[in-house]
Amino acid sequence: MSIAAADQTQHDPSSKGIGVETLGVTKRFGSLVALDDVSIKVRPGSFHALLGENGAGKSTLVKCIMGVYRPTNGQIMVDGREAVIPNPRAAHALGLGMVYQHFTLVPSLTAAENLVISRANVPGIVNWSREHADLEAFLETTPFKVPLDIPVNGLSAGEKQKLEILKQLYLNQRFLILDEPTSVLTPDEADEILGLLKGLTDSGELTILMITHKFREVTGYADDVTVLRGGQMVGSGAVADLSVEDMSHMMIGDTKLREAAARAETSVPALVVELSGLNADDDEGLPALSDINLKVHAGEVVGIAGVSGNGQSELVEVLSGQRDRSAGQIKVYGANYEPVREKMDRFKVFGLSEEPLHNVAVPSMTVAENIAFRSFDKSPIASLWGWLHPAKMRSQARGLITAYRVKTPSTEEQIENLSGGNVQRAVLARELSGDVDILIVANPCFGLDFASVAEIRAQIMEQRNQGAAVLLIAEDLDEILELADTVAVMLEGEIAYTSPIGDTDRRAIGHAMAGAH
Amino acid sequence: MADITDTAAPVTSDTVARLKRSAEFVVMPAAALLLSAILFSIFLLILGKSPVQFFELLWRGGFGTWFSWQNTFIRASPLMLTALCVAIPARLGMVVIGGEGALTMGGFAAAAIAIPMISWAPTFLLLGVMVIASAIAGGIWMGIVGAVRHYRGVNETISSLLLFYIAVSILNFFVEGALRDPSDPNKPSTMPIGKENMIGNIPGTDVHWGLIFGILLCIVLYFVMNRTTFGFAARITGGNLRAAQAQGLPVGKLILISCAIAGAAAGLAGFFEIAAIHGKANASLVAGYGFTGILVSFLARHNPLVIIPVAIFLGGIAASGGLIQRRMDLPDATVLVLQGLIFVILLVSETLYGRFAIFRLKEATS
Repeated sequence: MSIAAADQTQHDPSSKGIGVETLGVTKRFGSLVALDDVSIKVRPGSFHALLGENGAGKSTLVKCIMGVYRPTNGQIMVDGREAVIPNPRAAHALGLGMVYQHFTLVPSLTAAENLVISRANVPGIVNWSREHADLEAFLETTPFKVPLDIPVNGLSAGEKQKLEILKQLYLNQRFLILDEPTSVLTPDEADEILGLLKGLTDSGELTILMITHKFREVTGYADDVTVLRGGQMVGSGAVADLSVEDMSHMMIGDTKLREAAARAETSVPALVVELSGLNADDDEGLPALSDINLKVHAGEVVGIAGVSGNGQSELVEVLSGQRDRSAGQIKVYGANYEPVREKMDRFKVFGLSEEPLHNVAVPSMTVAENIAFRSFDKSPIASLWGWLHPAKMRSQARGLITAYRVKTPSTEEQIENLSGGNVQRAVLARELSGDVDILIVANPCFGLDFASVAEIRAQIMEQRNQGAAVLLIAEDLDEILELADTVAVMLEGEIAYTSPIGDTDRRAIGHAMAGAH
Repeated sequence: MADITDTAAPVTSDTVARLKRSAEFVVMPAAALLLSAILFSIFLLILGKSPVQFFELLWRGGFGTWFSWQNTFIRASPLMLTALCVAIPARLGMVVIGGEGALTMGGFAAAAIAIPMISWAPTFLLLGVMVIASAIAGGIWMGIVGAVRHYRGVNETISSLLLFYIAVSILNFFVEGALRDPSDPNKPSTMPIGKENMIGNIPGTDVHWGLIFGILLCIVLYFVMNRTTFGFAARITGGNLRAAQAQGLPVGKLILISCAIAGAAAGLAGFFEIAAIHGKANASLVAGYGFTGILVSFLARHNPLVIIPVAIFLGGIAASGGLIQRRMDLPDATVLVLQGLIFVILLVSETLYGRFAIFRLKEATS
């Protein structure tokens, strides 16, 4: 049987990376053409980067390779032979593996247990002592070192990502697709893992196709690069022959981006927001924030960096009223502040968030209604006794839809049918169209295309320049470096580091994120 | 991509867009009803009965004559009120199925508070006090559901169902004990409020005023939920709790008030059962209106205005049960099989919204 055969070849040290080629792959979903005649060639033993904006077709392409989708047209060649890949299991049998952006490990099991259960043929009774011996021997053959005997939830993000990669190697997959593998890692962790992977491809043991949008990683580690735009292959070649400008031009085409947000000098800063001794628990009741002290002044962007999961989301939730705090105070202009509607209105507190459909919009309500969340209970939309005037709500929405270039067929469209960038623009229209004194922003550009990212960052900077106090929580270090006046780093629920932007750099922040002092 | 250079696409007519969206909400339940009818016909054929005769009798027993219409209306009026008990919390994303409990408590409170007043109070005062007592009792009953949900995270579906059993136990405890009317040896009941104190019928009919009240309350609550800031805030809360919190809305207050309104509606259904039908509280109060109300509300997609015709429709099905039993030699519960079938198919159809391109607006170009 094929499973038995695959098992016998497992841990075969002589195995080599395999090459994959797509020939004229087209994928249609109804009338939508997600991939249009895409041909890419990943040489055996190469480190190949796949670049492209959101919606460019990167995920669709790798899903075709992994058998999640069947291409409408075109062929996939594995190791020079045409391969029919009807499902992911068939892809695994061919030696193709994928590491997803988010972890797929079982948190309560140890690394060893995670590896063993990932096999297709786990025996009914596992001989753990033998498995351990096998695993130790297997680890010797790889450069990745991960503690085998502690539960995965005790591992750092970097170790988890290593374990994900180890899992694929353990299953003897010799062609690995990595989907933005460094998005949850510190810069140091990312460099370490990509360096090790690079070593494996250089020795020819492995072939890698990495989806990314970080040019730094492409120029630092990849041999070849392919760029997709709007479902089409728009460029390909050796990384050495291409400049970052070439690649970015291929990715975004001729669209003009807004200039990087211009920073205006602001006058004498007044203290606006002060957090003192803030504590909160996470969903499991464990401490997530401990003793957060932070000041934000008028006309200042305080950027909070950190590896995801160090308390940033809990901090945002506490400030926006989605989570109760267990201790501490929030002061605004020296007065106690609670995130309730009346105080939000009085102090002009607004917010932007990642995944707005999940956090700050109601997917089943219309665009007009979503835009009215801040204004529905005020004149002119509401009159005496809380009576609503939907026509006024719609006319307000029409104005803002035009001003913020929200693409929607109608004010009456349910907001969940809009694209991510347009949902975020609708939220932007709602939150930033009035006077803003305090702005709380969390990963506002997460998952958006380049044009939207530039536009949203410019809007945030504009609010700062007009004197708003901005608290920016971001996992994307570039966003912090572009926008922040002051950088703070969160580590394990504490503020581990603060510095004016002028006195720090990517490396220092990265070290603080990793907990090195 | 081209996002940044393009201006927004011209906004298509809002009215057309809204009509197109509404069409789905009509066609889908109608299709669910049709499928239920087909499956139920197969069920009848297996039993060796004629589906044609069944639906003919259903029509005649529910809607065929003025007599059957009146019978239908009498059953429809508590259904409207118990359906509201499901529909209002549903707008906040809660699935409350214990309307029967609030109805029981409302009816019991109305009958109980009447006992010491019957001898001396004039009719209008007695009925006024009974109305208030039933609304408060039902409101508190569902308010408990909202409170344990908001403050302790207890699932409202389970707690409202369990509270129904408690309500029935409370009713039985008092009716068979302290409040039992000793002059009635047959069925344990409270003392009758007296013929002269009963709510009369709408002139020229055998239908009591509860029908008019139910229709009015549906209309009022429709406007409260759709055209007031309270209703808007409730819809935000129901659509996405995190978004409501981020807007600083008083989520707990909204949940409590909505549940209390819902419970008051069901409690009033109990009042009308006492003051217009039974005249006293006993086990007959627990007749299943609260549970059929769940079906009414789901079929109406929790829209208070749509509840009115749907309650009449299901009231008609219930009213025809007796006729079907006599003419076709089928058990009375046959119509309950039909109801159950409709409910299951309806719940399945809920998952299919948005799957049919015909109801979509023109795709945004992106």
